[in-house]
Amino acid sequence: MAGTDTMDTMLDILLVWLLVGAAMATVMTPRILWSVIGLAVTSAVLTILMFRFDSPLAAVFELSVCAGLIPAIFISTISLTQRLSPEGMAERRREKWRRFGLLPVLVILVGVALMQVHIPLDFVAPPAAKETDVRNVLWHVRHIDLVGQIAILLGGAWGVVVLLKERKRAA
Amino acid sequence: MLPDAPELLSLFGIGVVLTLLVGFYSVLTSQNLIRTLIGMEVLTKGVTLLIIVVGYVVGQIALAQALAITLIIIEVAVIVVAVGIVLCVHKHTNSIDTRDLGNLKG
Repeated sequence: MAGTDTMDTMLDILLVWLLVGAAMATVMTPRILWSVIGLAVTSAVLTILMFRFDSPLAAVFELSVCAGLIPAIFISTISLTQRLSPEGMAERRREKWRRFGLLPVLVILVGVALMQVHIPLDFVAPPAAKETDVRNVLWHVRHIDLVGQIAILLGGAWGVVVLLKERKRAA
Repeated sequence: MLPDAPELLSLFGIGVVLTLLVGFYSVLTSQNLIRTLIGMEVLTKGVTLLIIVVGYVVGQIALAQALAITLIIIEVAVIVVAVGIVLCVHKHTNSIDTRDLGNLKG
């Protein structure tokens, strides 16, 4: 059992560093398409973490929506915008390193500093009724959220229609 | 299944902080509108992990899952509308660089 615990701990440490590494690769890579793929990988790693935290329903949402739908939206957007020239790409690469060169140093420094201080995570739950079934929480405890979600989705769809509507040409 | 060791949970706290840091840095320094949205997405990953970790620690994982699902849905709606705005900007200025947005009307 002790061996299994050690393996679990090693896997958790690996997953957390993989998440941070994938997030850094996402924002630092010069090619925007690779950036979108990095975002999908970040979501996939987060999905594994969610499964390990006993959250399978949220994990499935994360995998299908954040690792599937959102990268597809970004790739469609990239395909609708114009491509950079080779000179522009080389300039972008230089600029990228100049602006993001500080990020790895910053992440390492903050990571080491946080390891020195103890983050208090031993707080207790508020005395609210503990519900164990996510369906009950969604339909009975947080049902107003569902109304909000529907409103936001409708608002989003309406916003896209308004934004991308072709205007009638004057005769 | 995760052990309840506070040390291990504080490791996830460090992961959350570093993910948020990467997202904030990207949003603040990117000059490409799509990259800014990608930075926002990275920020959201940190927030989602925070919700799940806190839900696990306090023993209300069902509530945390419900909030995470709500967050994911809001995230999609925000991204879709933002992408529509980016495409409109591209149509008008033929660029998605934030430096070309200096001549906004209004």
